[in-house]
Amino acid sequence: MAETPTYRSVAMDGLWHNNPALVQLLGLCPLLAVTGTAINGLGMGLATTVVLAGSNVIVSVIRNLVRPEIRIAVFMLVIASLVTAVELSMNAWFHDLYKILGIFIPLIVTNCSIIGRAESFASRNTVSRSLVDGLSMGIGFTLVLVLLGAVREIIGSGTLLSGAHLMFGESARDWVIHFNPDYPGFLLAIMPPGAFIGLGLIIAVKNVIDRRIARRQGVALPDLATQGGGCH
Amino acid sequence: MKGYREHIGMAALLLGVFALLGTALVAFTYERTAERIRANERAVLLRNLHQIIPPERHDNDIFHDRIQVHSADLLMSNEPVTVYRARKGGRPVALALTTIAPDGYNGKIKILVGINHDGSLSGIRIVTHHETPGLGDAIEKARSDWVDQFVGRSLKNPAESKWKVRKDGGVFDQFTGATITPRAVVKAVHRALLYYRANRKMLFDKPPEHKRRQH
Repeated sequence: MAETPTYRSVAMDGLWHNNPALVQLLGLCPLLAVTGTAINGLGMGLATTVVLAGSNVIVSVIRNLVRPEIRIAVFMLVIASLVTAVELSMNAWFHDLYKILGIFIPLIVTNCSIIGRAESFASRNTVSRSLVDGLSMGIGFTLVLVLLGAVREIIGSGTLLSGAHLMFGESARDWVIHFNPDYPGFLLAIMPPGAFIGLGLIIAVKNVIDRRIARRQGVALPDLATQGGGCH
Repeated sequence: MKGYREHIGMAALLLGVFALLGTALVAFTYERTAERIRANERAVLLRNLHQIIPPERHDNDIFHDRIQVHSADLLMSNEPVTVYRARKGGRPVALALTTIAPDGYNGKIKILVGINHDGSLSGIRIVTHHETPGLGDAIEKARSDWVDQFVGRSLKNPAESKWKVRKDGGVFDQFTGATITPRAVVKAVHRALLYYRANRKMLFDKPPEHKRRQH
């Protein structure tokens, strides 16, 4: 933390190099649970992004005020209050989507990537950098949720964007794409194992791309086995 | 010499201030959303009720014409069950109540049952369930028309011994690969009809009750 990171590197970290879902493997519980469709993933991802950006900004604002002994407690208060506010707002304005995502909205509180960013980034960086970090981490998380949701939805149900009206209003009801009206469905993709397999494949693809880039630039990649950790 | 920032009291004060601010944020959001959330929940309930008792069949305020009943043995719930009554010109038309099938493949299935005054079914809808996606979830109206075969059925149609899925010698279809789910639903709907037969007069005559005033 000797030098201040540039906005560009902060943004690229969240979106790619240090993506919460693909590299840090944080927040897997909602990631795996709600990605049955692309729209569910989008709703969950945006809710998480709002909380991440909000908590990063608040934590950064108060970073010089809060003593180390009570910082975790204060972070948790900030995050819990924000999540409750987001939950109530979703219940009011996206009621049907809220009912589908159910318990996973209040559980954003326990998404480790949020307290993780508060502790490791926002409490040490300026407000604007923390905002960029929160937004890019959130968007990186959202993109993975939408991608995984889309893959599972296409393979599992043979549709894409079903339930779009839950987020975008009645006019979006027709957005749903049916690839094959007689598609029998593929149960495995919709059930939890499909989420694990899908996420594993997406991580693998990301690693392949990273290796290609590294080889072209002639840089050695860190040993993949040293990565990991993660929590639910 | 310790500065004021290192004092333990300062930490407690800070924590208290943040707790206060957090609570204020939640309270403020609650104030701004409570009305809308109540309206949403009411709209969802009415939408469900109107699927099994169409709005043109009644002229009363079905949402407020409700009572709470207890029936652990037939409606399978230790909690009070809310019954919504539909009337036209003051005459009872139908009612809707939720019953529980405790023996689903993955736990309880909550079913909204609409019963006409004459004891026939006006329709059923699955409210919540945890059945296997792709197999048991065909009980959802959004996924199949399976629930429609209950419309018009009553305790006499079919006879008692036929209130079963086909596999058990009854008249109701099961799904390929999933018998437990339909079996549980058929049994629960049958029990709801038994409950209705035993309590019909009370169910329509009891004056509506309001747990809390709603706008």
